[in-house]
Amino acid sequence: MIHSTAAEMATKLAAGEISSVELTQQHLDRISVVDGQVHAFLYVDTEGALSQAAAVDAKRVAGEKLSPLAGVPLALKDVLTQKGIPTTCGSKILEGWRPPYDSTIVSKLKSAGIVILGKTNMDEFAMGSSTENSAYGPSHNPWDLTRIPGGSGGGSAASLAAFEAPLAMGTDTGGSIRQPAAVTGTVGVKPTYGGVSRYGLVAFSSSLDQAGPCARTVLDAALLHEAIAGYDPRDSTSINAPVPAVVAAAKKLDVKGMKIGIVKELSGDGYQAGVRSRFDEAIEELVNAGAEIVEVSCPNFEYALAAYYLIAPSEASSNLARFDSMRYGIRVGDDGVRGAEEVMKMTREVGFGKEVKRRIILGTYALSSGYYDAYYGSAQKVRTLITQDFAAAFSKADVLVSPTCPTTAFKIGEKSDDPLAMYLNDIATIPVNMAGIGGMSLPVGLAPEDGLPVGFQIMSPAMKDDLMYQVGGTLEAALLRKWGSPILSNAPALGAN
Amino acid sequence: MSAISRDEVAHLSRLARIEMTDSELDHLASELDLILGAVARVQEVAGADVPPTSHPLPLQNVFRPDVVTPSLTAAESLSGAPASAEQRFKVPQILGDAE
Repeated sequence: MIHSTAAEMATKLAAGEISSVELTQQHLDRISVVDGQVHAFLYVDTEGALSQAAAVDAKRVAGEKLSPLAGVPLALKDVLTQKGIPTTCGSKILEGWRPPYDSTIVSKLKSAGIVILGKTNMDEFAMGSSTENSAYGPSHNPWDLTRIPGGSGGGSAASLAAFEAPLAMGTDTGGSIRQPAAVTGTVGVKPTYGGVSRYGLVAFSSSLDQAGPCARTVLDAALLHEAIAGYDPRDSTSINAPVPAVVAAAKKLDVKGMKIGIVKELSGDGYQAGVRSRFDEAIEELVNAGAEIVEVSCPNFEYALAAYYLIAPSEASSNLARFDSMRYGIRVGDDGVRGAEEVMKMTREVGFGKEVKRRIILGTYALSSGYYDAYYGSAQKVRTLITQDFAAAFSKADVLVSPTCPTTAFKIGEKSDDPLAMYLNDIATIPVNMAGIGGMSLPVGLAPEDGLPVGFQIMSPAMKDDLMYQVGGTLEAALLRKWGSPILSNAPALGAN
Repeated sequence: MSAISRDEVAHLSRLARIEMTDSELDHLASELDLILGAVARVQEVAGADVPPTSHPLPLQNVFRPDVVTPSLTAAESLSGAPASAEQRFKVPQILGDAE
């Protein structure tokens, strides 16, 4: 039943119609058939997954009360630590590292009885929009294996679209959950900053990083969201407040009277024609469902990309200093004669890929004396202006919407030599991270010109994540009625040859 | 005029503790020049009257009660180390001849 939703799987598990071991085995079988083509996984924990599944089955037989997703499998982005399981962040520098502790997210998944199938591929340290920056080779988009599955969380999104897992975990610093969701026809949610613990999430840009759920439906994402969210004393930036009721919101299927704001600056030139037409049709569906559409202007969003490519590299240059070859990861050149600093330099030369080096150097520059005010300082001011733009927009609308990305999935290799062109993928997703609010991408159809999925972004104010689930759930249901079957039923079958 | 020279990139790579070959330095200097040209736009709107934002949440110090809780054992902490000895991380020399 790998083509079912996670919610359907949970119902069948609860009814005893299938065991978690059987369900997990079906997914492991699917992985062994298609992952040679997709390369969503960096590590598959066959034995661990089956033993987690058997433990859930035993509890169910014993009559224990289980959480809603108990027994449902999940794919974990390789930036989250899981005790004893290799965690590379897509980097050579962490090759072979087995963390001695679980991230809070993994602790929560385990206590919810969610079965972790393995670790998914990603751009190195989550820096990228295509998984081409993974030291272990790119993942492939199940819709067209010659195309990128987005990034950085392309492995997680591809695993969903290829039916290798019904749920996955992602992290989103500038769009790394939402953009892969958009280009693979899946759902991805970046919760409010601080809504999900960052403990055990290997840091890229600490003021922007946020983990969140990836799934094939809005309800599945909501179920996973509630399983992982909540206050964590181990994360000093964790919000100590109740988790928004996102599952109830996803089930409301009603947007009557809601005000939905179209962000003027996130449309028009630079957006593919098919992306624009599917976006407009989705807006019509929301109007038919009783929403009121308003146009809002966020004039400073045009500076968001520039500010992001100063703030994120600056924070990364500091965060990635921890990979110094002393406490974990690889060590290169330690011949008993060379000093620590030289060994450190040689290790980082070999261990980091091109994009990571580029960003560390850029960040080092932006933070250096003499340039700090002009670059990092100015970027922080832009961050204030973007937050003010959002505040003004949310005074006119309950949620804001835009296309998730300017284009559908591009070809592997098409942009890998042009960092600026690659960075443009994130133009519509970055403002959300800058302000720390919530953002969701859900599929709204295929672009007529290339037959590839188009993503629709919904943004909600901080700690009002329920609003984007309410709008997303309603739109998804309307589109499903129109299409008659889920979007992924149009994706090519894999593993045939 | 380029915003960043090859020598500056070499200096930054030393600060960032990343060894770089000559061709890497050349390549990166021209790329960073382009990227810096694009991101310098932030200066257009970053007026003196705009306060900076470092973080989306108002940050404050977070304390916990000073109570002993379970933590990693020495063996667990050292489990990922490239080298260890006598319950310590073993590192190349930090002082002396090599410097």
